[in-house]
Amino acid sequence: MSNDRRKFLKVAGFATLAVTGSRALGAANLAPTPWLKGGGLEAKRWAMVIDLKKCHQQEGCTKCMDACHLEHNVPKIEIKKHEIKWIWKESFHHAFHEQEHEHTPESIKHSPIPVLCNHCDNPPCVRVCPTEATFKRESDGIVMMDWHRCIGCRYCVVGCPYGARSFNWEDPREHMDDITENFPTRMKGVVEKCTFCETRLRKGLPPACVEACEYGALTFGDLDDPDSEVRKLLESNYTIRRKPQLGTEPQVYYIV
Amino acid sequence: MYDGGKIIAGLILFLILITFPIWWNIAGGTTDFEADPKIVTTEKSCIYEKEYMTTHHMDVLDDWRDRVVRDDVRAFHSDALGRDVEMSLSHTCMSCHPNKSEFCDECHNPMGVDPYCWDCHVEPKEGK
Amino acid sequence: MIDKAFVGSKKYWSWVIILLGLIGIGTLAYLYQFENGLGVTGLSRDVTWGFYIAQFTFLVGVAASAVMVVLPYYLHNYKAFGKVTILGEFVAVGAVIMCMTFIFVDMGSPYRILNVFLHPTPHSLMFWDTVSLFGYLVLNAIISMVSLGAERKGIAPPKWIKPIIYISIPWAISIHTVTAFLYSGLAARPFWMTAVLAPRFLASAFAAGPALLCILCLIVRKVSKFDPGDQAIRNLAKIATYGMIVNVFLVLMEVFTAFYSDIPEHLLHFKFLYVGLDGNTTLVPWMWLSAALAVFSLILMINPKTRNNFKTMVVGCIAIFFSLWIDKGLAMVVGGFTPSPLGEVTGYAPTFPELLISIGIYAMGALIVTGLYKVAISVREHKLPAKMVVTEKVASETA
Repeated sequence: MSNDRRKFLKVAGFATLAVTGSRALGAANLAPTPWLKGGGLEAKRWAMVIDLKKCHQQEGCTKCMDACHLEHNVPKIEIKKHEIKWIWKESFHHAFHEQEHEHTPESIKHSPIPVLCNHCDNPPCVRVCPTEATFKRESDGIVMMDWHRCIGCRYCVVGCPYGARSFNWEDPREHMDDITENFPTRMKGVVEKCTFCETRLRKGLPPACVEACEYGALTFGDLDDPDSEVRKLLESNYTIRRKPQLGTEPQVYYIV
Repeated sequence: MYDGGKIIAGLILFLILITFPIWWNIAGGTTDFEADPKIVTTEKSCIYEKEYMTTHHMDVLDDWRDRVVRDDVRAFHSDALGRDVEMSLSHTCMSCHPNKSEFCDECHNPMGVDPYCWDCHVEPKEGK
Repeated sequence: MIDKAFVGSKKYWSWVIILLGLIGIGTLAYLYQFENGLGVTGLSRDVTWGFYIAQFTFLVGVAASAVMVVLPYYLHNYKAFGKVTILGEFVAVGAVIMCMTFIFVDMGSPYRILNVFLHPTPHSLMFWDTVSLFGYLVLNAIISMVSLGAERKGIAPPKWIKPIIYISIPWAISIHTVTAFLYSGLAARPFWMTAVLAPRFLASAFAAGPALLCILCLIVRKVSKFDPGDQAIRNLAKIATYGMIVNVFLVLMEVFTAFYSDIPEHLLHFKFLYVGLDGNTTLVPWMWLSAALAVFSLILMINPKTRNNFKTMVVGCIAIFFSLWIDKGLAMVVGGFTPSPLGEVTGYAPTFPELLISIGIYAMGALIVTGLYKVAISVREHKLPAKMVVTEKVASETA
């Protein structure tokens, strides 16, 4: 196992133990703060590499999506027009339309591509937001959502070339059976999207989708750290990104 | 003035109507209430002194939410407690005050305050 | 002066009551939408802006068109427009208020709208749009009220109004350019990613606005003693005609670029609009209706005989207005979203609540314009000696 993964597991294990331990001790006292003990993950530029060869090993696998949507209380809305999704599978035909041709191998043509917010370096959604409710955080490069400030104008949804954003057309709580208690829901009238699990990162945990993928298809790390997994993968594999010609500099790379 | 009687009568009627909520509640005796929020924690203090928290908890939360979400800062040093806490409504505040109906609502309900925090932040389960 | 809006004939009040009724229904429909969320509209994850924003886009053009009467009169002393500037400015006021209301009802969390001003964001065009719309409203309100007030007293307006009027001219151009910039700077939407979008917006504004103003002047002539003047109305029709010619030309330019280059990401949007895509043909009849109305209106309006005859002029103006309403409103907005960035075709049609709210907002705009026009007409009727009114009417009938 690599060093990073060992560190993840160590910190994750400790954090879980501390939190569950304290719950048993005294319910009405201040929650312990394992994250303060230097257990948070820090980076200057978070990025993700998705190995498509490892991804479609199991037919109809939805582990990354399920983990993400459960972790973040993403509602399951039956009406397709109103659906909310942070990470999901698109066909190659839709995700990489300009890369496809008549003789693209069948295995690639039909492989499902996990797509999510690309946390672009030059994000058009941030450029258009009138209140900076979505902004690129200086500390770690994550394109963040400030749900306290969003006015629901949906300009960011219009500006995103990847269709990564979803709007709450109705009250999401009516479409949730179980609510994960340690993370808020959103309310109707705001836009939401993947936040690279910034709350988990602070606790020293990898993003939920990365953790949930049992085939190791998703790798997450700091692009500015030359020893990170993502840098190693990018240097040894040919990767493509979605719609690179638009100049958005997406930070989700795909190994085809 | 022309139609003076009608105008003055109309003005008085308007004043009565516009101050309706005030005199109706005074007459009905619903303006007196003793708010007694129940504190169930054994911690010696809140993150600020009690008097300050009572009057300024909304400002504290407003400041926290910007610092956490926008500045990626989670640690807050509480002088009253003498240690660092996490700036979080659900994890910090509600861990000492999980009894929302006996604590938060004790004052909010008679005052007619309906903070929208709970539209998103998950309320702690009580008495379950 | 404003009190003149509160006195009127039975017909005036019946019209006002109807409008108030529509506004009431629209308000109830909005409360329903506010309670249940924007999901009650026909909007979706793919087509995220629709009827409301389409109306906003179209009405910004109508608001900007006041400059087409203000500019000739104040910059070039074109006397014929002297009596019409106030009518243009009042339409601008009503249109801008409607624009802001359409944006408001489209917002997911409208109670947070002040965030746009509490956290001003210069790199966002939407911020500049709100600034320019507010500014334009204030400018036009001041200009119209001050000049009408002075006219009522029979004196010249105060000197300080002149620079404000001069500012309103580029400001009018700017409100519509900014609105075009909302669309034309988005890498994600190739249908709108064209430098010609702002010129197209302005051309269609200078066609639709004066066309509306023509119709309103003819109505004013019919229901009151005030006559804006044959020359003024005919010139408005001329302006609308040229605006329409330029607009149609620019649309044809876009069609050429899309079809000749054959680039799918530009072409597919036109295909969706004019022939349908993936089996979805909702907008196809509307597009061809818009094209037919455009051609029909140009036939009527280019020919001076039919343009100068008030009966055919009205038909031509209505055709211009509705052709552009379809093209700039629904077609441009929905067309930009279909196909989506992921290549999907999601249909869109406004729902019943959406339409009720929109009708309510249009009724509100109509009410504002009605009230303001009533004030202007009352001031003018009061001023003009009866002899002059009769002479003008006779002159136009023998023309």
